[in-house]
Amino acid sequence: MNENDPDPKMKGNGAPTRVGVPRATLSGVAVPATRLAPAPAVAATPAPLVPTPEPRPNPLAHVPLPFQAVDYSFKGYHVEATVQADQVVLAAQYLDREGFSLDTITGVDWLAQGQMEVVYDYFHPTRGLRSVVRTRIPRENPEIPTVSDVFPGANWHERETHDFFGIRFLGHPDLSPFLLPEDADFHPLRKDFSA
Amino acid sequence: MIVSEPISPSVAGNAPHETFILNLGPQHPATHGVLRVKMTMDGEYVVRAEPVCGYIHRMQEKMGENRTYAQYLPNTSRIDYLSAMNYTHGFVGAVERAARIQVPPRAEYIRVITSELGRISSHLVWWGAFLLDLGGFTPLLYAFDDREKILDLLEGITGARLTYCYYRFGGLYNDVDETFLKGARQFVAQMRPRLKMYRALVTENIILRKRLIGIGPISAELCRRYGATGPVIRGSGVPYDVRKAEPYSVYREFDFDIPTFPEGDSMARYLVRMEEMAQSLRIIEQALDHLPGGPVMAEKVPRVLKLPAGDYCYAVEAARGRFMVRLVSDNKEIAYRLKLRTPCLSNLSLFEEASRGMLLADALALLGSLDLVIPDIDR
Repeated sequence: MNENDPDPKMKGNGAPTRVGVPRATLSGVAVPATRLAPAPAVAATPAPLVPTPEPRPNPLAHVPLPFQAVDYSFKGYHVEATVQADQVVLAAQYLDREGFSLDTITGVDWLAQGQMEVVYDYFHPTRGLRSVVRTRIPRENPEIPTVSDVFPGANWHERETHDFFGIRFLGHPDLSPFLLPEDADFHPLRKDFSA
Repeated sequence: MIVSEPISPSVAGNAPHETFILNLGPQHPATHGVLRVKMTMDGEYVVRAEPVCGYIHRMQEKMGENRTYAQYLPNTSRIDYLSAMNYTHGFVGAVERAARIQVPPRAEYIRVITSELGRISSHLVWWGAFLLDLGGFTPLLYAFDDREKILDLLEGITGARLTYCYYRFGGLYNDVDETFLKGARQFVAQMRPRLKMYRALVTENIILRKRLIGIGPISAELCRRYGATGPVIRGSGVPYDVRKAEPYSVYREFDFDIPTFPEGDSMARYLVRMEEMAQSLRIIEQALDHLPGGPVMAEKVPRVLKLPAGDYCYAVEAARGRFMVRLVSDNKEIAYRLKLRTPCLSNLSLFEEASRGMLLADALALLGSLDLVIPDIDR
């Protein structure tokens, strides 16, 4: 993977430039620099908790999706994007091209709002970056395209999310129960499910 | 009786193309725990190996959503029971991140010491069990002898031998005593020559090498597409380790290497783990040398925690790879959503692709080299 690392491509592509502090490398693992130049044209995201006034670097500013930098020390990830349900495959393709790996896929049942949130976690095996892509779909008819064509590892994560939330991943090769019994017709992580 | 007639061409022609299904597990002695693999075989060769999961599913995530954070804490050491320290670290880390709790340095150092002891203990179990898979019984006895010393040490401070619940939100349950510190130093001194002996006894053994070298190659790209982490991706030459990639706790302060081997075969994954034990000893030694004084518990941590609304992630490097807790809070005493990202699930998911066309015996060596803990997959 080191040979195919997309880093060189990124550098000439509007990626933030380093200022002053060199990027620390520990045993070959590139750790994202903590002080980068402010990313152009992207407004600093107010973190849901305590908004940090200074703009944070956005390592994915060149990706044409609404990626926004997040304070890692408060959230545990560096960038996040809220996209439309039909953009999750596109997001996966972009992150695949950047060299990301799929961490996990999961759902959150927002019963009061009548919505299902689908969260895609990504990590970068060489740059130490964490990225989150999230989308919301109607709870009544939770359908979303599969990303298992981009990341084969998504297959099991999507099956599990289907088990627990009843979210149907369109185009998935096999949505049969993964962790639940083979005849399971219930979705235990829905908020209206009680054992 | 000798059959003089030649076998009819249709039978002979069909014979090599016939496949059969072989069920491995869920209670097969050659698998660990209750993993079931549905194998389509062409003679001795694997055509398709489909893992069937869920036999020990306990719905850990639902349990996390109907009890308070403190009540859920003991559960985390029962997911991957061999990485109990790391897993509780992941969970308390996520809660501390959300609640903005500052952990005293002494507590963080002791967390590192105990986590690394746990990593060695886990690798020893893998080492013994893996060689048992390959037909060597003796190494298991050596491994468990050394592991016993770790369990005794940790039992002295935590009271448990396997499913530790030693970390608390904001620090530790109790401070370590002189016996532990002396014992830990003694263990480091004893373990180094043992690792040398393991090398001479097992690693350089020609039978083992023939079983592992060049067998079950996994490329770095395959690891990336499946999200494999831990010794699996490091055995494919990628120096990905959460301790360096997303430094948590006080790992930044220690000098240690990430062993990688570029070959990607079962031997590379074997060597990564053997080398990791030596690196863990280095970390433990440094942590013992620089162990700061002071309290082991943050002040004013409320008995019942209410986390501010939002989602929080915290990842740790467990013995098998990247373990991440994803917490969604709606400002109540109970998590709105608790997601556990476990390394074994992703590591196993590449098995179907990686084992295609292998001999059954080699596929089992590959399976063993992934170091699976089944409750970690099924949760």
